[in-house]
Amino acid sequence: MSGLALRGISKAYGDNHILRDVTIEAQPGEFVALVGPSGCGKTTLLRIAAGLDHADRGSVWLGERDMTAMRPSERDIAMVFQSYALYPHLTAGQNIAVPLAMRDLTIWQRLPGIGNLMPSQRGIRADIQRRVLETARSLRIDHLLDRKPGQMSGGQRQRVALGRALVRSPAAFLMDEPLSNLDANLRVHTRAEIVELHRRAGVTTLYVTHDQAEALSMADRVAVMIGGRLLQFDTPEGIYSNPAHIEVARFIGSPQINLLNGEVDAAHGVRIGGRLLAEGVNARPGTSVTVGFRPEAIKLGAPEQAGLIASLRRIEFLGSETLVFIDLAGGGDTLVAKLAPSDATAFALGQAVTIMAASRDVLVFGGDGARLSVSPPMRMVANG
Amino acid sequence: MTPQAWTLARALRLAILSVGALVFLAPYVWMLSTAMKPREEIFSSSLTLIPERLAVVENFSKAFTRVPMLQLLMNGVIVCTIILVVQVLVALPCAYALAKLRFPGARTLIAAIMLGLLVPIHATALPIYVALSGAGVLNTYFALAAPFMISVFAIFLFLQFFRAMPDDLINAARLDGMSELGIVLRVIVPNAWPAITAFSIFSVVAHWNDLFWPQIVVTETAMAPPPLGLIFFRAAEAGDDYGALMAATVVVTVPLLAAFLLAQRRFIEGITLTGLKG
Repeated sequence: MSGLALRGISKAYGDNHILRDVTIEAQPGEFVALVGPSGCGKTTLLRIAAGLDHADRGSVWLGERDMTAMRPSERDIAMVFQSYALYPHLTAGQNIAVPLAMRDLTIWQRLPGIGNLMPSQRGIRADIQRRVLETARSLRIDHLLDRKPGQMSGGQRQRVALGRALVRSPAAFLMDEPLSNLDANLRVHTRAEIVELHRRAGVTTLYVTHDQAEALSMADRVAVMIGGRLLQFDTPEGIYSNPAHIEVARFIGSPQINLLNGEVDAAHGVRIGGRLLAEGVNARPGTSVTVGFRPEAIKLGAPEQAGLIASLRRIEFLGSETLVFIDLAGGGDTLVAKLAPSDATAFALGQAVTIMAASRDVLVFGGDGARLSVSPPMRMVANG
Repeated sequence: MTPQAWTLARALRLAILSVGALVFLAPYVWMLSTAMKPREEIFSSSLTLIPERLAVVENFSKAFTRVPMLQLLMNGVIVCTIILVVQVLVALPCAYALAKLRFPGARTLIAAIMLGLLVPIHATALPIYVALSGAGVLNTYFALAAPFMISVFAIFLFLQFFRAMPDDLINAARLDGMSELGIVLRVIVPNAWPAITAFSIFSVVAHWNDLFWPQIVVTETAMAPPPLGLIFFRAAEAGDDYGALMAATVVVTVPLLAAFLLAQRRFIEGITLTGLKG
């Protein structure tokens, strides 16, 4: 088993910089998700890892092998495409067999007719058949092997595409939004299956997606890319609760994180509308900063309590949770709070409330978007 | 079809279409009719479609004996096969490279192909004739096939077809370990049958019926393709024997018709094969 490393990858088409010095090192057997909005360069990065595209700068390593100059076929990497890219003229079984036939048979053995005259060809073919069937069984598509892609549903095609990638036990898997063409139900189901497959095979996997929930739920580590830069590469928990950049905080999490503009005061506290929200911020007094807190970090209190004053605009009951939309007093900002349904019943539309958050849940970002450290971390900030 | 569908508009439409079909079929019907008539009936003053006395055996035996008809048909088959095979062999990789590979000059080459489409054979006939004559290969199959071996039309047609093929399909083939030539043979060609068949029909019809080029490079009956053979037949042997001439014309037309019907089935199969995406 070997790890997959992309080191210092840059790529530009003319003045359009697709990738800027991106470095991602996946440990052997690790499941790494590349996530970002469309156009952030994640698919280009995957294609560079596969050898389908070439980087202007940087290198691609599989374990100790430098693959930068290798052709795709020499890299021992399998890829699952967004469109599945199954050969339409071959049956599912033949589709899965192609990578094995290309690897294990010589050019003469592959020729129809002449190939049959070759000794040993029969044994290899039987072996290929056996392995195709084995793979198909593990994906529960063994009953579909005689069908052509045109006769299969999207979910079935997706499995065949997975089978074609799995069958030759490659050193690394690349997946380019493999679930985006499935309907919502099937997507959640297949998500779990891919994770299960990865656990069993233990092959290093690079998984591209634009769906942050997919990335958080599947990956061992998540790489967040925005505008061709790698902004953060961390565990899902780290990405979510400890974002290194305001764009990461904005992109990850649903509903979106609440962001408010504030200012650093002389005592290194952050104030919004004159009220102190965080203390000990590592920034010069007078700089403007952005304060973020997740919807679930917000606590609502009665108006007489200290905190930001606001009024309730809308309440959305979602079953397991309730979303409360709050208009901040004195400004146009609207915040979202995620409450337990039982807590939300205490509030009514139009009611004045105060907003509170534990200071460890308050994230402060500087003007350039970078995260600013806050100390001390464990204090409830609610005093005005 | 439901009875209600027989509205006036529908009847009118059908009538117009039927008249159109008749206009186009009439020469063929007349050809068949004449091929079965004895000489005196052809030149009789009354127009009849059904001959009073059948002269089928007479006319067709003349068509087969006075000119080497089988030789003519064979020439046609050989020349059309050479042209088609070389055209497809050249055009497939060319179109693949232009459609799916990135290399400097690709756009210029495509523009050149577009320009090539505008140049008719009549414009280049003379220099090609001089070259073939200088090489001493007049009156050969090569002379008949050479100017048509590289078909810009084929490259253009395949180029359009290949462009519609998903790039990921080719990328998947590359990752599966295929060479570029392997991709053409194992991925492109099996999925390009509709385009190849459509082009084959164009190519075979054009070159089977071609009279212009054979007239320039062939002077011997032994090398003549069918239409030129018919000219020789009319000029030298038949004179005013239109019955035999029409019989010969029928013989020349039938293989094309048969080939077309066969290709049609294949064509439809090809279309159902292309479940590329969906």
